[in-house]
Amino acid sequence: MALQSLDIRQRSATTTAAPQARHTIEVAKLIDVSACIGCKACQVACMEWNDVRDEVGHCVGVYDNPADLTENSWTVMRYAEVEQDGKLEWLIRKDGCMHCTDPGCLKACPSPGAIIQYANGIVDFHQENCIGCGYCITGCPFNVPRISKKDGKAYKCTLCSDRVAVNQAPACAKACPTGAIHFGSKEDMKDYAEKRIADLKERGYDKAGLYDPPGVGGTHVMYVLHHADRPDLYSGLPVNPSISPLVALWKGAAKPLATLALAGVALGSLFHYVMKGPNEVSKEIEEEVEKEAETEDTK
Amino acid sequence: MIRDPKDLQRYNAGERANHWVVGISFILLALSGLAFFHPAFFPLTQLFGGATWARILHPYVGVFMAFFFVLLFLRFYKLNRMTDADREWLSRVKEMVDGDDHNMPIQGKYNGGQKVMFWGMTVCMVLMTVSGLFMWRAQFAVPIELARIGAVVHAAAGAVMIALIMVHVYAAIWTKGTIRAMWYGTVTRAWAKQHHRAWYRQMTGR
Repeated sequence: MALQSLDIRQRSATTTAAPQARHTIEVAKLIDVSACIGCKACQVACMEWNDVRDEVGHCVGVYDNPADLTENSWTVMRYAEVEQDGKLEWLIRKDGCMHCTDPGCLKACPSPGAIIQYANGIVDFHQENCIGCGYCITGCPFNVPRISKKDGKAYKCTLCSDRVAVNQAPACAKACPTGAIHFGSKEDMKDYAEKRIADLKERGYDKAGLYDPPGVGGTHVMYVLHHADRPDLYSGLPVNPSISPLVALWKGAAKPLATLALAGVALGSLFHYVMKGPNEVSKEIEEEVEKEAETEDTK
Repeated sequence: MIRDPKDLQRYNAGERANHWVVGISFILLALSGLAFFHPAFFPLTQLFGGATWARILHPYVGVFMAFFFVLLFLRFYKLNRMTDADREWLSRVKEMVDGDDHNMPIQGKYNGGQKVMFWGMTVCMVLMTVSGLFMWRAQFAVPIELARIGAVVHAAAGAVMIALIMVHVYAAIWTKGTIRAMWYGTVTRAWAKQHHRAWYRQMTGR
């Protein structure tokens, strides 16, 4: 989808600047984990709006259903039963793409224009350019993209880029019955989060805080966590996510260095030939061999 | 070209066919692999019927090449054992590169440089195959850390391999009278005496 085609910050596998004449504000989705009741209305709204349907699965013994993100389930509720200081807590987190400012998927993607980061911060997959290599999965610090077994393309949450383009909130935010999902400018969401955090602290959650990890330059999906010191309690939310150094090396320094090295070898060979000349059989040896052959013939 | 009956047979038909099967596979893999490595090379995917086709085909060609490389390895590894004469040759490789081979030690069927090439290619091929399987998401699901290590190793070994092949091809172009050995199998006696004298003696009894 080429909506907001002028408002692009980054484009996968593209080494020149993206069109960026217009400067839209950064948007963000704020998920207030402390207000979530785990009803899965967001999951339903997501499938409804994006018109994707997952297969009806089976109960795996917990509330998580489907049990994991898939090419048709771009968001899933993850339920963690956590016991701390003799107190049992049911920590429910709506999982999905975090829309990183520094997206590992986009960095790793080899196909020009298959992954786009809009100026408003949304990271979108454009399946018509996707080649199905799965490098986005290798690059993602949150284990979000999924490749469809049916068409071999990668899918994930679009943050309802089509809705946002026409000033609508994402479907999940619209459907949430408790107001746990907020959507607006990133600044507004941060301000709102601060109020929520102050409230939580008053209620005894002194470690409450905002999850907007700096390792990926901040995200455009943020969480208000009652235990911001332990994001891992929320079904393994990464404590300090960043693009893996291996991915950074692979899709960073290695690219120009290897390209230059190969060009060096190719040009080096050419100029070696030009400057040193070919390695030919010497006249001397040719004559020697000829003589040997003659003596052989006379035998 | 008129072929002299006195020419020496360097490669038989099976060896030549095996070499070119591996060579063609390598070219296909290098072109499609570079396309996924750096966006500057991405248009090369058009040679394969589009980027998605290039992505689908690349790993199968890789497995195909690995199989035929093993056959090539089995044909030639005995001839590529390093000797003291090879080490001596390698220590003086600068003279050779400068185009002065007068003082180079006498070499058998392969010189030290060719043997280094053989083992370098072998190591690269093993690294490429194993790391490639880690990256083949359509067939295998490996832990993410392994996929990341695989990606880095695949890129690094691939770059080294392409560089080695460039040197391999250039050496064949530079040393006149060499390429025919891989086309139809024979070299002239003078060529053999100049570049591989020990092999020449072994073949002619002189």
